[in-house]
Amino acid sequence: MAKIIVVTSGKGGVGKTTTSAAFATGLALRGHQTVVIDFDVGLRNLDLVMGCERRVVYDFVNVINGEGNLNQALIKDKRVESLFILPASQTRDKEALTMKGVAKVMEVLKKRFEYIICDSPAGIEHGAIMAMYFADEALIVTNPEVSSVRDSDRIIGMLSSKTRRAVQNLPPVKEHLLLTRYSSKRVNTGDMLSAQDVQEILAIPLLGVIPESKSVLQASNAGIPVTLDKNSNAGQAYLDVVARFLGEECPQRFIEDKKGFFSRLFGS
Amino acid sequence: MGFFNYFRATYPPKTATVAKERLQIIVAHERKQRSGQNSTLDYLPLLQKELLEVVRKYVAIADEHIKVNLEKEGDYEILELNITLPDPDNRST
Ligand SMILES: Nc1ncnc2c1ncn2[C@@H]1O[C@H](COP(=O)(O)OP(=O)(O)OP(=O)(O)O)[C@@H](O)[C@H]1O
Ligand SMILES: [Mg+2]
Repeated sequence: MAKIIVVTSGKGGVGKTTTSAAFATGLALRGHQTVVIDFDVGLRNLDLVMGCERRVVYDFVNVINGEGNLNQALIKDKRVESLFILPASQTRDKEALTMKGVAKVMEVLKKRFEYIICDSPAGIEHGAIMAMYFADEALIVTNPEVSSVRDSDRIIGMLSSKTRRAVQNLPPVKEHLLLTRYSSKRVNTGDMLSAQDVQEILAIPLLGVIPESKSVLQASNAGIPVTLDKNSNAGQAYLDVVARFLGEECPQRFIEDKKGFFSRLFGS
Repeated sequence: MGFFNYFRATYPPKTATVAKERLQIIVAHERKQRSGQNSTLDYLPLLQKELLEVVRKYVAIADEHIKVNLEKEGDYEILELNITLPDPDNRST
């Protein structure tokens, strides 16, 4: 059975697109047929982060409107077997993604892919609701920062009321907390919420922690999902997240500061 | 530097602690609002009005003689209903 996973947050700029690209790539690296869909109508960005912006011909809305077929719109990744991208439309019309249209595309994708990753736009409006509506599971991307945590809580509320699973009284969307842009150093000095703090407030299981890392910007500059950069700690953290998502035992490596107590005491 | 910072950071309330406390309060508040949207509290005024109408079929009472109150005690919600009846000689029947 295909699984639909929404990557969502409420607040903007917390790392949804970075996560969608990294997570989808990670699943495909494990040999799973994976497609990642950009739901950010009008602000297409996933194509850039995935490095396929020059290969976009037809987009999600074209497919819904019957202006191009799905096979023409799906972009096959050149680096990873079994990874595909469905780009967003640049139309200004935010209502272009209709429930019926999205449902139709999802039905076709479900026959062909094991994992369908939906990169949600920011906010709590139509676009965010469309991205989460058909989801079976959700990655709730959160920064250890007050406004992001509060918005994540609102999104959790919407997952349990505005999704297909909620509306049709099916088992609820399975939620996973993903803390990104985490600095264990700042947590240790007491000026950043810890993974445990955020997990306690939001009360959903923690799937993983992605450290704040320069390699994320470098990867997006180059159009390479960060999970393909073997030297990136953020990339390693995302690969761990994928492993845990697939049910493997994988200790949290990025919550604790790598430096010991003494270097914290005397070092920088 | 690092040495003194480490100790200095321990006594004023750390900003992360403040953040956590503020979040716990606002998140609890907003969750309550969300869950209240289609349950308990908003039916209370209507319940009070309808009860008043029923009681008035039998006894003449003023609006303030009926009190409907909802209280939370742990996991329970207690609906408290208080009707103050007027003196026997003032009764209509
Ligand atoms: N772990 C990280 N370390 C450092 N920078 C990061 C990390 N994760 C994301 N960023 C940076 O944060 C910015 C926003 O990331 P991204 O575009 O993925 O967020 P988003 O949630 O998709 O934003 P939007 O809400 O606008 O769609 C980017 O510049 C990205 O490089
Ligand atoms: Mg984005």
